[in-house]
Amino acid sequence: MLKTFKKGGVHPPENKLSSGKPIEVLPPPASVFIPVAQHIGAPATPVVSRGDTVKVGQIIAKSSSFVSTNIHSSVSGKVKKVDFQADSSGYPKQGVFIDVAGDEWIDEIDRSDELKKEFELSGEEIVRKIQDAGIVGLGGATFPTHVKLVPPKGMKADVLLINGVECEPYLTSDHRLMLEKTEEILVGTQLLMKALNVEKAVIGIENNKPDAIQLLTEKSKTYQGISVVALKVKYPQGGEKQLINAVTGREVPSGGLPIAVGAVVSNVGTAFAVYEGIQKNKPLFERVVTITGKAVSSPSNLLVRVGTPTSVLIEAAGGLPENSGKVISGGPMMGRAIASLDVPVTKGTSGILLMEKEQSKRKEYIACIRCSRCVSVCPIGLEPYLLMTLSEKQIFDQSEDAKIMDCIECGSCSYTCPSNRPLLDYIRFGKGKVGQIIRSRKK
Amino acid sequence: MSITVIYTVATLSVIGTSAAVILYFVARKFNVYEDPRIDEVEQNLPAANCGGCGYAGCRAFAEACVKANDLSDLDCPVGGNETMNKVAEILGLEAVKKDARVAFIRCNGTCDHRPKTNIYDGATTCAIASSVYSGETDCQWGCLGYGDCYDACDFDAIELRADLGVPRIIDDMCVACGACVEACPKDLIELRKKFPKDRKVVVACRNQDKGGVARKACAVACIGCSKCEKECKFDAITIENNLAFIDSDKCKLCRKCAPVCPTNAIIEENFPPRKIKVEEKEECNTAK
Repeated sequence: MLKTFKKGGVHPPENKLSSGKPIEVLPPPASVFIPVAQHIGAPATPVVSRGDTVKVGQIIAKSSSFVSTNIHSSVSGKVKKVDFQADSSGYPKQGVFIDVAGDEWIDEIDRSDELKKEFELSGEEIVRKIQDAGIVGLGGATFPTHVKLVPPKGMKADVLLINGVECEPYLTSDHRLMLEKTEEILVGTQLLMKALNVEKAVIGIENNKPDAIQLLTEKSKTYQGISVVALKVKYPQGGEKQLINAVTGREVPSGGLPIAVGAVVSNVGTAFAVYEGIQKNKPLFERVVTITGKAVSSPSNLLVRVGTPTSVLIEAAGGLPENSGKVISGGPMMGRAIASLDVPVTKGTSGILLMEKEQSKRKEYIACIRCSRCVSVCPIGLEPYLLMTLSEKQIFDQSEDAKIMDCIECGSCSYTCPSNRPLLDYIRFGKGKVGQIIRSRKK
Repeated sequence: MSITVIYTVATLSVIGTSAAVILYFVARKFNVYEDPRIDEVEQNLPAANCGGCGYAGCRAFAEACVKANDLSDLDCPVGGNETMNKVAEILGLEAVKKDARVAFIRCNGTCDHRPKTNIYDGATTCAIASSVYSGETDCQWGCLGYGDCYDACDFDAIELRADLGVPRIIDDMCVACGACVEACPKDLIELRKKFPKDRKVVVACRNQDKGGVARKACAVACIGCSKCEKECKFDAITIENNLAFIDSDKCKLCRKCAPVCPTNAIIEENFPPRKIKVEEKEECNTAK
């Protein structure tokens, strides 16, 4: 019997079209736009200005507080301007425009493919290096990794979980990374274990990736303390709290962080970035992005420089199909449709999904029929129908009591609703408002 | 039989009398004095309970009026000066004459003026749409058209215009309670001074982008060129964040600013047609 999380969950069609495609390197585009806010927390402060020449890996925006990270240039060339451009939501965000010239890297980066296993750094040094390299959680939430590695006072982690679940349909970037950079991920995991001072690490992988499970199980034998667990396929297993529940059986308390039950979760992509950041001195400026969709002529996994416009990726995968309805940054469950193809790839972009017109249309929604399917699929155990109604009527004190802030926005409720009600839209809105109320209360 | 009746009547009378006596003293002891003028004031209020005065309802406003020493900070926008005069009479205070106000939606980004660049198909309320996306056009400041203001209006003073894509205020119905101002997530609605015959000269734009960007997104966007500011003799126009604003309290409706606006962002409504360009004006009026 395979392990999985207890409450709720759904089984959307997997559609992993690009799982057999090796990672290809996408050459740098003609120009990039690198936003200064690619992570949760305070935006970084730009330290370059118009006309400056930058090299690949050079810091272009400095971390402005503890919960923030550095932003590095992903290309070499001339800074065109530091200005605002619309992000996926259409609202302008600050960033650095760079015109690409050549591909000159800073000297510190070790560009060889040689595997470097040994390290003699202390935990603090590893955390500092991770912070300098601008590494954030690459699973999608983009929480700065160095913050996770420093547990609050009085709390201690006893296990590190490496998230290789990739439960979002269509996406295969983590899958390919596990197959092609297996040892690098394992070394990265050891670095994270050292930073956290834990003896045990578990890599959780869903059972629809048997090749990755086999490969990692075999290779991990030579690494002390690392084991691999195969998990039953169920969305949203890649959620932090769900993975902890699936692997360890522990349940993160309402409003609490994973560290409250002694666990820290990192994505396989993050483990690989940590390996590169520390063993190769390479800051985080490129990542694997899956570009996929049923109508895409060649779905692929590309190693993309941060700041590359979405249109360049689509071109690389064979161009925009004629009947495209939506371009989604991320997976179909949690990703968001982008308003323009100029939107750049950021540290958190795990995939670009092109949906056909028919597929992408929302059906008209009708009244709630009280079937309570949303309640049974909610992995947190909330009552989505109630939270939606409360948001609709703007009764925010009651939604707070109904634990709206515990929602992980996985979208299982909207996916399963037979009346096509936009449950998550309303819950997200309510969450934002309740968050504001809580913050204003603290002041 | 008769004795039973007498006993019953007597017992009940005794209980009744003693309860009455107890209640009398309890009522005296715990008496809450309420100014009778509160009721009187409340009766003269419109009973709309809209909250436009800033209080929880007409009763709360009446209480505030009775407590107040002067009425300069208190105003019932629904009742206007007439109501406030009555209230002042009851309380023996001086009513402060205030200009009537009317709401105005400062966006003229109709379907013709603002090309759509993307399609949003999520939950159709402005509050949610604006928290997720900037809107279906390139203008992130303009009206989304899902009608949160329409839902907020208790007086049927807002009509949704599917043909325009932006709602319109019906001036005759508007009482300037400010509910729509609160409801609009883009902060488009302003309560402006109400002029005779509902005349108005107003910058119908909130776009704070630089001129080029604004103009590209919308044909009638204010580009902050400050031509109107130079034209105005009454200092009614200020430019801030690439955006002109006409202060309705200073505006004298001279209409000098509207013709100089290169993008027609300044709207003049309910005026007799100008002598020049008569044809164009007539066309515009029939469209309304």
